[in-house]
Amino acid sequence: MSSPAFLSLEKLTLAYGDTVAVKDLDLSIRQGELVAFLGPSGCGKTTTMRSIAGLLKPQSGRISLDGADITRVAANKRSVGLVFQSYALFPHLTVFENVAFGLRLKGLSGTELESRVDAGLKSVGLTSFAARKPAELSGGQQQRVALARSMVMEPKVLLLDEPLSNLDARLRLEMRAELQRVQKETGVTMIFVTHDQGEALSLADRIVVMLNGAIEQIGTPEDIYNRPASAFVADFVGFENIFAIENGRLRAGNGPIALAMPLPHDAAGLAWRPRMVTLGSGPFQGTVRGAAFSGSTREYLLDTPLGALKAEVDAAAPAHSAGTTLAFDLPVEKAAKLERFN
Amino acid sequence: MNSRLFPVVVLFLVTAFLIGPFFIIVAASVSGGETLAFPPQGLSLKWVAKVFQVESFRESFAMSMLLAIGGTGAALVLGIPASYALSRYRLPFGETIRTVVALPIIVPGIIVGLALLRYLVVPFRFNITLALFLAHTALVLPYAVRVVSASLNNLRSDIEEAAVLLGSSRAGAFFRVVMPNIRSGILAAFILGFVTSFNQVPVSLFLSGPGIRTLPIDMLSYMEITYDPSVAALSALLAFMSIGIVFIAERFLGFSRYV
Repeated sequence: MSSPAFLSLEKLTLAYGDTVAVKDLDLSIRQGELVAFLGPSGCGKTTTMRSIAGLLKPQSGRISLDGADITRVAANKRSVGLVFQSYALFPHLTVFENVAFGLRLKGLSGTELESRVDAGLKSVGLTSFAARKPAELSGGQQQRVALARSMVMEPKVLLLDEPLSNLDARLRLEMRAELQRVQKETGVTMIFVTHDQGEALSLADRIVVMLNGAIEQIGTPEDIYNRPASAFVADFVGFENIFAIENGRLRAGNGPIALAMPLPHDAAGLAWRPRMVTLGSGPFQGTVRGAAFSGSTREYLLDTPLGALKAEVDAAAPAHSAGTTLAFDLPVEKAAKLERFN
Repeated sequence: MNSRLFPVVVLFLVTAFLIGPFFIIVAASVSGGETLAFPPQGLSLKWVAKVFQVESFRESFAMSMLLAIGGTGAALVLGIPASYALSRYRLPFGETIRTVVALPIIVPGIIVGLALLRYLVVPFRFNITLALFLAHTALVLPYAVRVVSASLNNLRSDIEEAAVLLGSSRAGAFFRVVMPNIRSGILAAFILGFVTSFNQVPVSLFLSGPGIRTLPIDMLSYMEITYDPSVAALSALLAFMSIGIVFIAERFLGFSRYV
């Protein structure tokens, strides 16, 4: 890590009763970074986020923020903001009072309070909605109120729980831009939790992929997308043809198979996206079981000696119907080399 | 003969059965005669006026009001935190506690009254007013817990966490964001409890002493001695009071959502 850690988790173990949700997690995040916690439900990403917020006491381990150990610091004294998935706006208060809530607790009042709240509402484009109640706003507007409510507190870290998942496609794009802008303008360190790889890839500086309460891989979106470290990550980011390497050969449904090119020694498995499969030439034969035209491409499902295989080619290429036998190749140089096979 | 006639007739009969006595009482209370009678003999408001002159009615009305307001208030002071704990935490024996809290509704009032008299008031020379207060608190508690729980369950719990992350303490979050949002539920519980306590007979029957009795019990003993229409007049006045309260509650709170 080039610059010192701003937020660091050391050997963090989190549990609900006897159920361990996160085990011995180590992670450090730089100031101003935009980090995504990515993983399927139950992987521990939300649990980890809640422990950073102070809503869940760790069973063991340490959390430090901006040079101070905050493991035992109460949630209301941490300077950590959280935008809830459901937004959690206070239904009895107006938009203005929602945003003013934390500032009032800080002892602000009068014109200072007003100008801070106004600035917060202005930054999310909701100035004219100040007098409304949350129930009178759309989901996207409610989320922006929640964002403003957290941001006016000038938190050291802003946490966001599934920030885009409740929005429709157009709003999602808008909110994504909004979050990037807020992050750029304020330089706040942001962590968001998501189960959507597209969301993580498009928004984050760095992605932490989690599985079963542990970190599976940390990397830039390019790293994660192009060089998945494990079969799980590969599957998560759209590599649909994933094979383990056993004794120098690919393990397939009908037993091990040798590819034309020698396999790398340092890999536990290889993975190909459907696009990486060469169709029409190569040492292997497969039978088309299904074909789908999706506008710009054609997808094929092949029955092969390696088992079922997914291939994708340009729609300009001639179509093959079900039952056709096709030659294909799995080019080793294109494959993602997996460090771990799980 | 159409098939819709039968249910309509049944509906009409049931409604008449439920509301009929009320009209009889109202009619009897404006009677000009000397005894409780229906149909009324002549028309007069003298019995309505007499209600306000009977001293024991004034005293027992004050007692009933005190019990209804104090008992319901106490039930809410106990019931709001209890409802909060039951709806927010996964408590051991949570379901059992819920059932126990509901018991005063299920156990016949006669039994509660007799038990309090026989095992609390008599052996310990327990103050009857205090016993009445405790009994009414216990009787109203199930309604308080049920109604307040209903509004708590409709309220997302993450708003409390949001308040905490904005700098509030846990207790502060309860008063700043939970209480304001269950206010109408609390008011509904108060009204329901008030009416329940005010109209309560069986328990109060056992817990009366010299000069200490609730209004319904006082009416009962008044009738044993004096058979004039003033009891009907008082009943009608009380019924109008209850109807008024429930009407206002329905109008401003949507009372029927909670009951």
